[in-house]
Amino acid sequence: MNFIIGAFKPACHISVTFSDGKSRKQVPLKKENGQTIMVPLFHSQENITGKISVEPISGKKVEHNGIKVELLGQIEMYFDKGNFYDFTSLVRELDVPGEIYERKIFPFEFSTVEMPYETYNGVNVRLRYVLKVTISRGYAGSITEYQDFVVWNYSPPPSINNSIKMEVGIEDCLHIEFEYNKSKYHLKDVILGKIYFLLVRIKIKNMDLEIRRRESTGSGSNTHVETETLAKFELMDGAPVRGESIPIRLFLSPYELTPTYRNINNKFSVKYYLNLVLVDEEDRRYFKQQEITMYRLGETS
Amino acid sequence: MMITNGIEDEEKWLAEGIAGIQHNAFYLHRALDSNNLREALKYSAQLLSELRTSRLSPHKYYELYMRAFDELRRLEMFFKDEDRHGCPVVDLYELVQHAGNVLPRLYLLCTVGSVYIKSKEAPAKDVLRDLVEMCRAVQHPIRGLFLRSYLAQVSRDKLPDIGSEYEGEGDTVMDAVEFVLQNFMEMNKLWVRMQHQGPLREKDKLEKERNELRDLVGKNLHVLSQIEGVDLEIYRDTVLPRVLEQIVNCKDELAQYYLMDCIIQVFPDEYHLQTLETLLGACPQLQPTVDLKTVLSQLMERLSNYASSSPELLPEFLQVEAFSKLSNAIGKVIEAQVDMPIVGAITLYVSLLTFTLRVHPDRLDYVDQVLGACVKKLSGKPKLEDSRATKQVVALLSAPLDKYDDIVTALTLSNYPRVMDHLDAGTNKVMAMVIIRSIMKNKTCVSTSDKVEVLFELIKGLIKDLEGISTDELDEEDFIEEQNSVACLMHMLYNDDPEEMLKIICTVWEHIMAGGPKRLPFTVPPLVFSSLKLVRRLQGQDGDLAGEQVPATPKKIFQLLNQIVEALSVVPSPELALRLYLQCAEAANDCDLEPVAYEFFTQAFVLYEEEIADSKAQVTAIHLIIGTLQRMNVFGVENRDTLTHKATGYSAKLLKKPDQCRAVYACSHLFWVDDQDGIKDGERVLLCLKRSLRIANAAQQMASVTRGSSGPVTLFVEILNKYLYFFEKGNPQITGSVIQGLIELIKTEMQSDSTTANSASDAFFTSTLRYIQFQKQKGGAMGEKYDSIKL
Repeated sequence: MNFIIGAFKPACHISVTFSDGKSRKQVPLKKENGQTIMVPLFHSQENITGKISVEPISGKKVEHNGIKVELLGQIEMYFDKGNFYDFTSLVRELDVPGEIYERKIFPFEFSTVEMPYETYNGVNVRLRYVLKVTISRGYAGSITEYQDFVVWNYSPPPSINNSIKMEVGIEDCLHIEFEYNKSKYHLKDVILGKIYFLLVRIKIKNMDLEIRRRESTGSGSNTHVETETLAKFELMDGAPVRGESIPIRLFLSPYELTPTYRNINNKFSVKYYLNLVLVDEEDRRYFKQQEITMYRLGETS
Repeated sequence: MMITNGIEDEEKWLAEGIAGIQHNAFYLHRALDSNNLREALKYSAQLLSELRTSRLSPHKYYELYMRAFDELRRLEMFFKDEDRHGCPVVDLYELVQHAGNVLPRLYLLCTVGSVYIKSKEAPAKDVLRDLVEMCRAVQHPIRGLFLRSYLAQVSRDKLPDIGSEYEGEGDTVMDAVEFVLQNFMEMNKLWVRMQHQGPLREKDKLEKERNELRDLVGKNLHVLSQIEGVDLEIYRDTVLPRVLEQIVNCKDELAQYYLMDCIIQVFPDEYHLQTLETLLGACPQLQPTVDLKTVLSQLMERLSNYASSSPELLPEFLQVEAFSKLSNAIGKVIEAQVDMPIVGAITLYVSLLTFTLRVHPDRLDYVDQVLGACVKKLSGKPKLEDSRATKQVVALLSAPLDKYDDIVTALTLSNYPRVMDHLDAGTNKVMAMVIIRSIMKNKTCVSTSDKVEVLFELIKGLIKDLEGISTDELDEEDFIEEQNSVACLMHMLYNDDPEEMLKIICTVWEHIMAGGPKRLPFTVPPLVFSSLKLVRRLQGQDGDLAGEQVPATPKKIFQLLNQIVEALSVVPSPELALRLYLQCAEAANDCDLEPVAYEFFTQAFVLYEEEIADSKAQVTAIHLIIGTLQRMNVFGVENRDTLTHKATGYSAKLLKKPDQCRAVYACSHLFWVDDQDGIKDGERVLLCLKRSLRIANAAQQMASVTRGSSGPVTLFVEILNKYLYFFEKGNPQITGSVIQGLIELIKTEMQSDSTTANSASDAFFTSTLRYIQFQKQKGGAMGEKYDSIKL
């Protein structure tokens, strides 16, 4: 759509400013073209207020059938590109049909907006929030302007957060017990733990801890699953013997993680796993994957 | 070829590694110069990645490590200066842990950790504990060892020791100890594990490589010993038990040997003394192949040096019962190490003995105990054939001799001879010689028969043939030297009490009588003379002891002497026996024991008759007999007559005329003893002299018949001298005219054509005449006497 608009000279210049734009936290957002821009950050049930200015190109008038601003929460599946599914759609009419000759400011307000889902940029799916300003025109097509913003929703620390402890092995070959201190981690958390070697009959070369993200989209037979390894962190170098215990300390902050998303609007899920991988001298891999829950902890808490 | 390739490959890999480090170091320096933390971390991690190689031997890896180490020093300087990178050290501590690879991550963490401690933003103990714990992640032996060695290096000056600026609240010395112990134990585990890396066929190479790395592990013990706060209590209760536990549990020969040695070398002797039981208790639990003898010898040597450093320390040694603890430990070690060669066991005992002699020189019971333990070890085994073991036994036996300068001390050690029994015959003899030399050198007097018994039991290798060794195989010179030594030794056996002395003599005799024909000629004479010495001593005391029942009487001794000399008949050595009989006879004479003296003479004559056939020997023998007989005054007329008759008879029966002549004129003395109440039978003197003149004449005639010229006048001159002797002594049968006649005779003989001129006999005659002249001119009674002789 944009390129079509771009082909013609736009009739007017539309810009959106948020009322607390200066003080509001900005976070990076990756655009489709690969560029990262800074956009304001909102949380669910916040008021989204601001002003929209419409400024016709010098000396031209803009004739319209009405101006509106929409707040859209959209899910876009990549196999169905360009087809947005709006799970949230709020509209404010800004102006009745008429003509604009000079710059005109329209305040707008969406109060306590329910934005249950977080902005997400995945492999096969994108969830985004956008303010869409539309100047409807009868013959020349409408003029639209988009303003992205990001939504994050903080969770309180979980009341129950058990450690993950498990004994796994291959009979008469390798027997280990591993322990992660929690099952739920916030995004800047540190994973602490230990791996005990109960039986080692293979020559291990090294051991890594991977953080894997599993994104599933669609449902039923159309389910697409995409798994990415976001972190590959070497835990151990060399071959341990029976009785050794190897410490785990993995800081999550360097990695681009999101909270775990379960069945977002029946469209997709994003889950995180810790994958413990042992590699032997013949480059055979032995691994055990455990799901962990990621959550976003409020900045202040 | 394969080996060469291996080495070349390694060189190549090392060069690649160094190049990698240099490359990254270049960018690192640039980042540091521009205070760019992010870049600095990136390049330092890449640089450290070169240390992830598995292809280098420890030696080459060390080279690589040192290069990285230098770069880390620079990085540490940078980390220290927050103004340059703007990141608080606590954040830095987290930041470096984001590195994906474990080895670079941990090197960086240790480096920041060092800065963190220095900043004092966190207690040193917490940082250290974290570091030592995190380093567990490297399980590769070589990489782990070097990483932990780096940790040890950077933390050395930052331990929360007493008096250190990093000392925190509470008992932080223990934290320091705990940290070093932990690092030590982990390093040792890695080091021990090295042996299982790589193929079996490279086992030797692996061992060598491991040995190169041992100081990395041992360094920790050194650090422990340097911690100011490690006092005896901490050492005893924490450090030592923990270190030993690690040593015992690692079950590795190389490590156990090295680390035990390390403990002994790095910690103070005082601590060792106070923890002996614990330290020694670990020994039997070590692998049976560990060279414990060296370890324990080192320990004992250190302890004995310590003991000798100050006399005040001795009570401490006694208090902790150092000796019995060491002794027990050695026993247990020997028991535990079933495969220990005998030489090892004996070496241990030598060390223990050396320790004992140095620390407890007054405790002979300890010394005996050590020897006893050694006997126990040796018993039930065949004689030692291992030359090294034999050497050790000799060392074991020599040690007390050197220490005490007094064999008598050693003789009280009941186990001493039992140890000697285990030596082979040759070594036994060597040892016996050592003992004798020690006695001679120190002029030790062995003064009781018991000790003599023990002593001779010790040196029995020299006294008699031992099983399996025949005297024929011996080197003649050695044998003579040995036997002479034994002879010398006999003179060192002495007691002032005659009774004990007699016992000593009997004891010696019992031993040497088994010596066989080759030894008796050496051993009998000293014993005989030793006995005669006793006889003379008794004879001096005769007056005091008269009437008392004393067991040691000359009579008894003479009976024994008779037996002793008789033993020479098996040799046979008649000349020697004869001399000894004569010595005995003379002694008996002095004791007024006529029958005894007579018996000895009888024996001498029997020998002369039956055994001495050589004419030269006969001449010597007869002169000896005559000489001895002349001095005898114990005989009654009858006995004396018998003996003098025999003597003169044999004299006249000698083979050569000159010999006959000389023996016969010697016999003249038998009838004229120049004593107060000596025999003075002038007639028989003259008879003898006349007879000898006749024989001299006969000799001259025989000579002129067989050779065409008569011999020199020597014999006549000799007889003339005898005449002059008796003349002066006042024998009435010898008158001036008789002498005058003889002089004439000699002159005539000399002028005769047939007489061969002989300057010696001429000179003899001339000086005899001069003597007469001199006596004449001297005047006085003698001058008057000589007046009757006209020259």
